[in-house]
Amino acid sequence: MQRVGTPGEPAGAFRWLTTAVGRLLVSLFVPTITFVVLWRVFIFLRDTRAPHWITAGVAIVWGVGGVMALFFLANMVIEQLPVRWRTRLTPFLFVGPALVILAWYLALPTVRTFYASLLDARGEQFVGLENYVYAFTSDAMLESFRNNLLWLVIGTGFSVGFGLLIAVLADRTHPLFETFIKALIFMPMAISMVGASVIWKFVYEFRPPGAEQIGLLNAVVTALGGQPRAWLLMQPWNTLLLIVILIWLQTGYAMVIISAAIKAIPRELLEAGRIDGADEVQIFFRIILPTIRGTILTVATTIVLFTLKIFDIVQTVTGGNFGTQVIANEQYNQMFRAFHYGRGAAIAIVLLVAVIPVMWYNLRQFAQRTEAFR
Amino acid sequence: MANVRFEHVWKRFGKVVAVRDLNMEVKDKEFLVLVGPSGCGKSTTLRMIAGLEEVSEGNIWIGDRIVNDVPPKDRDIAMVFQSYALYPHMSVYDNMAFGLKLRKVPKDEIDRRVREAAKILGIENLLDRKPRALSGGQRQRVALGRAIVREPQVFLLDEPLSNLDAKLRVQTRAEITKLHRRLGTTFIYVTHDQVEAMTMADRIAVLNNGVLQQLDTPQNLYEHPANVFVAGFIGSPSMNFFNATLTGTKEEMYVDTGGFRLRVPTKIANAVTQWLGKEVILGLRPEHIHHVEFTPPNINAQRIMAQVDVQELLGNERLFYVVAGNHNFVARVDPRASATAGETVALNVDVDQMKLFDPETEEAIYS
Repeated sequence: MQRVGTPGEPAGAFRWLTTAVGRLLVSLFVPTITFVVLWRVFIFLRDTRAPHWITAGVAIVWGVGGVMALFFLANMVIEQLPVRWRTRLTPFLFVGPALVILAWYLALPTVRTFYASLLDARGEQFVGLENYVYAFTSDAMLESFRNNLLWLVIGTGFSVGFGLLIAVLADRTHPLFETFIKALIFMPMAISMVGASVIWKFVYEFRPPGAEQIGLLNAVVTALGGQPRAWLLMQPWNTLLLIVILIWLQTGYAMVIISAAIKAIPRELLEAGRIDGADEVQIFFRIILPTIRGTILTVATTIVLFTLKIFDIVQTVTGGNFGTQVIANEQYNQMFRAFHYGRGAAIAIVLLVAVIPVMWYNLRQFAQRTEAFR
Repeated sequence: MANVRFEHVWKRFGKVVAVRDLNMEVKDKEFLVLVGPSGCGKSTTLRMIAGLEEVSEGNIWIGDRIVNDVPPKDRDIAMVFQSYALYPHMSVYDNMAFGLKLRKVPKDEIDRRVREAAKILGIENLLDRKPRALSGGQRQRVALGRAIVREPQVFLLDEPLSNLDAKLRVQTRAEITKLHRRLGTTFIYVTHDQVEAMTMADRIAVLNNGVLQQLDTPQNLYEHPANVFVAGFIGSPSMNFFNATLTGTKEEMYVDTGGFRLRVPTKIANAVTQWLGKEVILGLRPEHIHHVEFTPPNINAQRIMAQVDVQELLGNERLFYVVAGNHNFVARVDPRASATAGETVALNVDVDQMKLFDPETEEAIYS
C-alpha cells in the first residue's frame, strides 16, 4: 500500500533526496564516530603509563564493544522511525560502513593514483600524458611487457598443464599414493613467494669453476662433467628460470582445484562414454575436459592475474636486472628507487587496466561454474 | 541372435560376495527383469553384462562368445543409467550421435538414425537443447534414444524410471514395453520395484543376497513362488506368513496356526502327506482373505474369526489389519465391508490358494 502524495508524506524528487541523504548519513554514522572516538582513545592510551597488557585489553574491549554499541544504538534509533523509513534505512546502517570504508581504501586511492600519474616526479607540476609515454616506450617498460607476456603464457600454461596432468594421473592411481603425490605437489603452496624465491636462488647459485658448487643445478651440471654457469645472468633463459619458480608454486593450486572438479564428474558419465565406444584418451578429451572446462578457465585466469602482477620472485632473485624486469617491479623501482611518483603511478594504472578484463572474466566464470551441474 | 548366458558367475568385492554362483539364460528378444531389494546384486549383475565390472569367476556369454575379457564398447550392448548420464556439454543430438561418431558411422546414416529415434521417442523438437534445459522425463527419453541409435544386440536398463514422478513412471513403463516390442531386441532391466517387474517382464529373475531365488514368468512367480522370499517379495501388500502345524490325518488334514485352523484341501493334502504332524509355514495372500458378506462365488472358502486392529480404505479396496491368536495379518476385502477397530469379523479364506513352506529351508512345499 503506497500512498504517494498524501499530506505529511513528501513525494517525488524530494522524497528521493531525503532518502539518499538519510542513507548516506546512516552509512557514515558508525564509521565516523568510531574513527573519531578511536583516534582520541588511541592518543589517550598511547600517553598513559599503564602496563601494556592493560592498554591492549582496554583497547580491544573499548574498540569492539564501542562499535557494537554504536550499531546497536543506531539500529534502535532507526527502529523508532515509521516502517517506510525503517525499510529504507536499516540495510544501509549495516552495509553502508563497509561501502564507505571500501570507497575510502580502494576507490579513492585509485582516483588519486590516476591523478598522480598526470603529475611530474615530485607530484607538483601537471605534465599531461608524459608518464604514459614513458610507460609505453621506455626500454625498461618494453622489456617488462615482453617478460610479463612470457610469464603469462609460459607460467600459466605450464602451471595449468602440469596441474591437469597430475590431477588426471593421480585420479587413476591407488588412493593412498594419490594422497601422497598430491600432498607433495601441493606443499610449495605453503611457502611464501619470497621464501620460495630464496630457495630457488640457492638452486641457481653460481660459484666459479673449480670451487665447490653449492647451487643444486650447477652441482648436477658439474657432476655430469659440465662447466658451471651463472644461470641468472643468461638472457633470455633467466626469465624462464624465474618462471619455473612460479610453476613450482602454482601447479599445486591448479592440481587441487582441477582434481576436485574431476572427482565431481559422475562415474556414470564416464561409464556411459565407455559403453558408447570411447577409449580412455577420447574419454579424457571429449568428456572429462569439456565437463571441467569452466574450472580450468577459472584456474587459468586466476594464475594469469598472478603473472600479470608478478613482483616478489623477480624482486627477490634478480631485482629485475639482467633483462628480467617486469611491470610491477619497474613500478616499484620508479616509485621507491627513482622516487618518480608520476611514472610509478602511471605504470600502476597501466597494470590495473591490464588486469581488469581478466578479473572480470574470472568472476563471470566463477559465477557460471556454480551453475554448471544444475 | 543375442541371448545372454551366465555360467557359475561369481562377483566378489574383496571379501564381500555380491553375486553367488549365478546360472541363468536370457533368451533372444526377451524382456528380462532383474528384481530384488537393494544390495541384492542385481545392478552388479547388469554391470557385469555391460563390462563395467569384472567377473570374479565363471563365464558370461553374449550370443556365441564369452565376453569376460571383452571391453564394454565391443560387446554390442547399450545401457540406460538411473541418472541418465547425459553428457552435459553436448546437445541432445550430439548426445545421441556420440557413440555413432566414435564408431565412424557415416554422417548421413547418423543423422537418419538420430532423427528416427527422436521421432519414436517424441523428442524431435528438443534435439538442439542441452540436457540441463530438459525435464527429468525428457532426459530419460534422450538416454533411451542414445541407446536406440546404437542398434545394439542387448539393451541394459538400470532403474531407468526411479528418478521420475509416479505418474510419468507409469506412462514411461508402457512406452518402454512398446519400445521393446518395436525393436525386437533383448532387454535386461533392473529394478527394485516389483510392480515394474510384474508389468513389463516376459520373465523375472528374483535375486536376494547375490543368489538367484527364482526365474520365471510374472504369473508363475505370483502363483507358484519357489520360497518364502519370493512369496513375500512379489505382491502388495505382501503375503501373510504363519508358523503352523499340519495336523489330523491323511484324509482329513488341517493346518493349525494356533489362532485358527484350516482344513487342507484334498489335492494339497495328497501332495504334502509326508509333512503330516510337522511344522510348516503357511502362506496366505491378503487378496485371498475375504469378508464373509463379500466373498466371490465358486471358491473353496473356509471361515475364520479375527479382530480388526486398523482398517484402511483405498477406494477400490479395503485393508483389514487383523489379529487372530498371536498372529497379525492383512486381509484385502471389498470396500463395502466395514468394521470398527476392535470389532471381531468373520473372514473367508480361499484355501485352494494356500502355500506351504519348509520352516527350515524356507523352500516351498506346496505352491
